[in-house]
Amino acid sequence: MRPVGPERPDREDPAVTSTTEPAPGQGRGEGREAPDEDGYGFPRPLWRGLARLPVPPPFSARTWRSPLRGRWLTSVFGLVLLIGLPIVIVTGFLSWLAYGPQFGQAIPADVGYLRPPPLEWPTSPSWLYRLTQGLHVGLGLVLVPVILAKLWSVVPKLFAWPPVRSPAQLLERISLLALVGGILFELVTGIMNIQYDYSFGFDFYTAHYWGAWVFLAGFVTHVLIKLPVLVRALRAGAPGRWLHDSAEQTVPEPPDDEAGHGLVATAPSAPTMSRRALIGTVAGGSALVAVLSIGRSVDPLRPLAFLSPRGRSYGTGPNEFQVNRTAFAAGIGPGVGDGYALVLTGGPAGEVRLDRAALAAMPQHTAVLPIACVEGWSTVRTWSGVRLRDLAAAAGVPAPANAFVASLERAGPFARVTLQGNQVLDPDSLLALRVGDADGGPMADLSLDHGFPARVIVPALPGVHNTKWVGSIDFRRA
Amino acid sequence: MRAFRRFYGEHPLHLLALLGCFALAGAAVLALWPNPNAVTIAIWFAGAVVAHDLVLYPLYALADRSLVLARRVRRRVSARAVAVPATNHVRLPVMGAALAGLIWFPTISGRAAGTAFFASGLPPTVDYVQCWLLLTAALFLLSAVLYAVRLGRAAVRARA
Repeated sequence: MRPVGPERPDREDPAVTSTTEPAPGQGRGEGREAPDEDGYGFPRPLWRGLARLPVPPPFSARTWRSPLRGRWLTSVFGLVLLIGLPIVIVTGFLSWLAYGPQFGQAIPADVGYLRPPPLEWPTSPSWLYRLTQGLHVGLGLVLVPVILAKLWSVVPKLFAWPPVRSPAQLLERISLLALVGGILFELVTGIMNIQYDYSFGFDFYTAHYWGAWVFLAGFVTHVLIKLPVLVRALRAGAPGRWLHDSAEQTVPEPPDDEAGHGLVATAPSAPTMSRRALIGTVAGGSALVAVLSIGRSVDPLRPLAFLSPRGRSYGTGPNEFQVNRTAFAAGIGPGVGDGYALVLTGGPAGEVRLDRAALAAMPQHTAVLPIACVEGWSTVRTWSGVRLRDLAAAAGVPAPANAFVASLERAGPFARVTLQGNQVLDPDSLLALRVGDADGGPMADLSLDHGFPARVIVPALPGVHNTKWVGSIDFRRA
Repeated sequence: MRAFRRFYGEHPLHLLALLGCFALAGAAVLALWPNPNAVTIAIWFAGAVVAHDLVLYPLYALADRSLVLARRVRRRVSARAVAVPATNHVRLPVMGAALAGLIWFPTISGRAAGTAFFASGLPPTVDYVQCWLLLTAALFLLSAVLYAVRLGRAAVRARA
């Protein structure tokens, strides 16, 4: 810890005195930073001429007053995003894989070469999709304050004058459209989608998927170009060079760039906040979002998500848990159980029909499994019913390559699904008939909204693929 | 190499990284292009940038500027020393409320209440505006309590 006290701003510190005189490794002297001695590229006279024009705010450098902006501060936010955003990106692509692209079920289905490497989605651990998708949505939300702070910290560059000084800068600024546009588009569409706001009018999955690739292009390139800058800035600020100042002691970082394109204010206001306080504020914002989001995934904490549609509790009974598609929306009436018989096909003996009494007479298996939605919310229940592999055996296909499950629902986008072989054969994969809470409470027949007479529940499978109101299962050998 | 840098303004690897970016982003755009909604998606993409850079940012920057100016005026008009600056005790709860209001705007505004009801089966009986206002009130209350504590400590310190 450095000593802190009122005498600090006056102490002999090259990093502070360099506000007037560049220290070694800062500013003009650095070969890797300045492409040429002046930072200009072709056509030099044009950019030089532009730079000499007097420009009004927000293009004049004097617009930017905050004494906090600088490479170190931006690099702190950048480092958090460098760690956090890859997790959001990877879990997003994992969700695409979890939908079963080999059966054409991932959305969008036809993506050519722009797809993650193939992966047979596992059934273990059962909380896998709950974790990956909870992270994708939850971490994405938690990073919103960091992203906003990062954009705030670099906003002088948006209005920098001259707008570019070289072909390199021109191309880099165009690539920033992919980066900034990509992250904002992904946030806006994602945040709207988890709140059932579809007013954008296009298919969410398709737009979010392709937006992710555009963002990924911008993100990887930005990291490649800026990582050396980030490392240098954090090294120069280590350990906590800028963290210990109080608001009164806060001085601008040393100038970082050629005039007009730096982050550091040329005419700084008096500080109203220390860097420590600003970073704490952003962290506090992330913590607030985390507190308001965690209840979407953790049942006892659900009331904390009081601003989310999935923060509402249904009650405490066996069937009182989150509904993603009501029987009404699916066009399923209360008479669905009358004369119900599950149809199993694919075996050598042809069709096998099992009514609900026959299903209930088969060996029953109970498993505590989460059900997790692509929207990031999840809940854990106790499910009881017939193992899918027992049904496969009953149909005469004991080792199916996959199984095609069809709901009695006619029109919904998820009324039919193909399950992988491992998803059919997992001992906890069930055609559930009964359900209860996760704490050993009483069990009851599935309610109509939860898929009565019978529904599929498979460990680690995205929620919508756990077909409700199952009418038939076709077990396929290959 | 030197001539390249004089012309381009950066190391050739910089150009290589950017060409990679444009190739990948271009491939994604081309793959999406046959989609009948491609133009709408592109408009939302550009709109997100405009909405942040030219609407949201100027709005919050101006709002914050007013707070900073108020602070400056206070220090000009009154000779009394500032025991504890109040600026951040206003700024932070405003930021928290604005952040929550921004992220959960679709729910708070009720614009998606119909589709949420259709999906979940829960009737739209919750007044989300009230929930958000209560959160806002809680943030300001917390900030005010902290401010009072800091004022008290400053007064004790001044007396000592």
